[in-house]
Parts: sequence; C-alpha cells; structure tokens
Amino acid sequence: MRLVIALPYVWLATFFLLPFALVLAIAFGTNNPDAVPPIDLGVSLKNFTLLFTDDLYLAAWLGSLRIAATSTLVTLLLGYPMAYAITRARPSLRPLLLMAVILPFWTSFLIRVYAWMGLLSSNGILNQFLRNTGLVADPGTILGTEWAVHLGIVYAYLPFMVLPLYASLEKLDTSLLEAAADLGASPITAFFTVTLPQSLPGVVAGCLLVFIPAVGEFVIPDLLGGTDTLMIGKVLWDEFFLNSDWPLASAVAICLLVLLVGPIALFQRQQAKSLERQ
Amino acid sequence: MVGRARFALTVLAFGYAFLYLPIALVILYSFNESRLVTVWAGFSTKWWSALFANEAMLRAAWLSLRIALVSATVAAVIGLAAGYVLARVPRFFGRTLFGSLVIAPMVMPEVVMGISMLLLFVVSDQLVSWPNRGFLTIAIAHITFSIAFVAVVVQARLADFDRSLEEAAMDLGATPWTTFRTITLPLIAPAVGSGWLLAFTLSLDDLILTQFVAGAQSETLPMRVYSSVRLGVDPQINALATIIVAVAACALIFSGWLTRRKA
Repeated sequence: MRLVIALPYVWLATFFLLPFALVLAIAFGTNNPDAVPPIDLGVSLKNFTLLFTDDLYLAAWLGSLRIAATSTLVTLLLGYPMAYAITRARPSLRPLLLMAVILPFWTSFLIRVYAWMGLLSSNGILNQFLRNTGLVADPGTILGTEWAVHLGIVYAYLPFMVLPLYASLEKLDTSLLEAAADLGASPITAFFTVTLPQSLPGVVAGCLLVFIPAVGEFVIPDLLGGTDTLMIGKVLWDEFFLNSDWPLASAVAICLLVLLVGPIALFQRQQAKSLERQ
Repeated sequence: MVGRARFALTVLAFGYAFLYLPIALVILYSFNESRLVTVWAGFSTKWWSALFANEAMLRAAWLSLRIALVSATVAAVIGLAAGYVLARVPRFFGRTLFGSLVIAPMVMPEVVMGISMLLLFVVSDQLVSWPNRGFLTIAIAHITFSIAFVAVVVQARLADFDRSLEEAAMDLGATPWTTFRTITLPLIAPAVGSGWLLAFTLSLDDLILTQFVAGAQSETLPMRVYSSVRLGVDPQINALATIIVAVAACALIFSGWLTRRKA
C-alpha cells in the first residue's frame, strides 16, 4: 500500500511541485544572454516591479482578467440552458447528447481554434453571410480583434461548462419544483428559488474550469487575437521564446500562479466536497 | 409544457449548431478545389494527396503517436494508483497535499506548467547531464498532466461500486494485493481503459507544454500544425483535422462503450 501511495506522490512531487520551486528561484534572478541557460541567479525584485509598473504588463494582466471573466459569463449563459435542456430530454437520448458535448473536447484544441480562423477572416464565411443577407453592409474583420478571442474561448471551453452543470442539474429533485408550482410560484420564481440555488455547485465548478485556463490562455489570443490583444499567457510565451528572458517569464508564471491560487483552491475544495457526497 | 419542450429543443439546436458548424465547415473545405477556404471551387482530393506526401507532417505524426502510446500507458498506471488512493485510503500523512497534487494539473495554466517543467529539465541537465530534451522530456510532461484525468475517472468508478465485494474477499483471507487483482481491478478495468484513451488523446493534442520541453530536434504533430496555421489557413490542415475528428469520434464511442459496459 505504501508503494501505491508513493508512486503518484513521488512522481507529482518531482515533476509538478519541485519545478515551481525552481521557477520561484529563477524569477528573482536576472537575464544574461551570454550564459547557458541565460540566467544569473540572485535576489533581485526587478522582474516583479517591472511586471506591476510597466503599462504594457499592467494592460496584459487586466486584459486577461477582463477577457476571461466576460467569456466565462457568456459561456455560462450559453451552457446553462444547454445543460438544463439535456436533463429535460428523454432519458434514452441523454447519453448521446452528453457525448456530443464531450466529442469536441476529444478532438484537437488547436484544430477547433483553427476552424474559427477561416470563419472569421475578412472574406470568411461569416462575413459573406452577413453581407449576402444584408444584415451588415460592411462587417469589417472580426479576426484579429477581442471579439474573436472571446468567441474562441467560449467555443473552446463550452464543454467544460456544460458537464459540471449537467451533473448538478441531473440530481435536481423535481418534486420541489412541483411543490413550488403548487404553492403558486411562477416558473421564473421557481427557477430562481429552487433550480438555480441547487445547481450552484455546478455553476461554480463550471465557471472555474473555464476562467482559470482562460486567464493563462495562449493559443486563442495568438491565433484569433490581434497585436493589440494583450493577454498574460501570450506575454509569458513571448518573453520566453522571443526575448529569451527566462527570469522575467518565470516572474510572470509566479504572479499568474498567485493570482489563480484562490480559484484553484476553491475548485479543489469543491471537488473534495462532491466526492464526500458520493 | 409544450412551450418548455420547444424552448429545450431550440436551445439544443442552437448549442449543437454552434459546437459543430465550425468543425463541419473545416471538413467540407478539405475537399475544396481552391486554396482559399472561403470560396467553394468544386470537389477535389488534392489537399489530401498533398497531406499524405507531406513528409515533415508524417514524421511529426509518427513521433506524436509514439509519445502518446508511452505517456498514456505510464499515466494509466500512475493514475490508477492515485485514483485508488483517493477513493479507498481515507487517512495517511500528507493526504491533503496528495489530493491537491493529483487534481491541480487539471486546472493549472499550461504556460506555467510548461516553463516550470522546462526549468527542471534544464537544471537537471546542468547537474547530471540528463535528460536530453526530446522524446523523454515530452513524455514525462504529458504523463504529469494526464495522471489527473485518469485518477478522476478511476476514482469516480470506485466511488460507484459496492465495497462489500472487496470486504468479503478480505474476510475470506485474501491479501490486499490479491483482492485488488481479482476483485477491484476487473471491476474498474473499463475506467482505466477510458482513462488511457483520454490520456492518449490529450498527449496527441498538447502544444504548449510540448513546445516548452521539446528541444530543437523533436517536432510533434501539434507543433507542426501550429507553425503552419500561424501563416494562415491551409487546406492540408483541414484534411488533417478531418482525420483527427474521425479518430476522436471513434475513441470517444469506444470509451463510452467501455464505461457503460457493466463488468
């Protein structure tokens, strides 16, 4: 039994926990392009002060949080009715409907983002449609804007929202809804006083599963966003791969981690709680 | 009641159209004569021929497949252990940390995991001249984030079924290992199988972690695709996407069949 505990424990401590200690150590170092690897170790706060005083980095932090928050909200507004509708479908249909939500998650993330590149380009299918139907005379280009980034995040992360929502809505006791109706509650009142509070664990889990990775997202702003779309995941990537500034990239990683440690802990607590209920 | 049913139908139609229309269009335009993915110029399979003649792409695909096989298998073993511990061992020293370590990679931003693992490999290379960046480091990175997904599936399956079978075996004098081998493992084998499949597809798809830890010589399929789509849309990628969607659908159906089949 000790061995069974030790195997995953040692693996994750070595390859997941230990690396964070290294990132922390290197984040206080300075960049030295002549060294291999390009790092001078030290105890300098230079990287951190830069991250929180330079306008560019500040804009990237705020941009990430704002884009992640609005996309999470849109995903929730789209995912909630979907999850709800699946629980109301015929029981024999439900596994099929759920599988259809999961399937995109099993196909390539990169390919799903790529799909929107062709759709959103200036002569893309969406613009042709808008022009031909006369809805918008000159739609402009959506690709390369923040709109496209939002759309990409909502599209890519929708399955992560629908699944936990479905799991909590499925357990909903429908006799409570009947009781509410018998006592004279309108369907809307019943929804806000019975359905929504009971599905709150699913709402929280779904929102965290979308928000946390969206804050650090790189592929979507890189492929769908423009030069003015500033997100912190892309900043980290560029500092590392383009500028080869490893200490600064490490500092970005540490700050991102500190920023997300609250949401991550909340997610873990909820996972543990739902396990106890089982 | 009729109004509610119509609402549900509308929501589902809209939701699934949103999920599937982009993918359907990607597949459709892989058969387009024109290089542009915006104009339909007649049916053609030339992009498919071009894809199968694209040696860099094929080499990358072969490397990705080998990495996915290795990492899914190792992740299945470690994930099985982790899921079993989470579901069956309520108390031991460091249990809370253990739970966090298993779940955290699921939500950790990939850029953060990527840079931290790379630094580990660089430091280790400096100290003991090992490991060389390439197949091994990519596989280790993929294993590390796949463990969580296998563990969650295994844990859910274990929480689902009756412990009395295991207890009966122990009462009859079976050692914990024999009980695990003859009772527990056959019952959760489908979950391990579907966890393996999930780890396999995650490994095949990963770009960010891989880009950090890959080194100069190795190029996996997502890395190849990424450097190609950065330059714009390319119908060859549409053809590749069609294959990926088909394979993913088969894997998912097989995984669904595995988990639903009662042992």
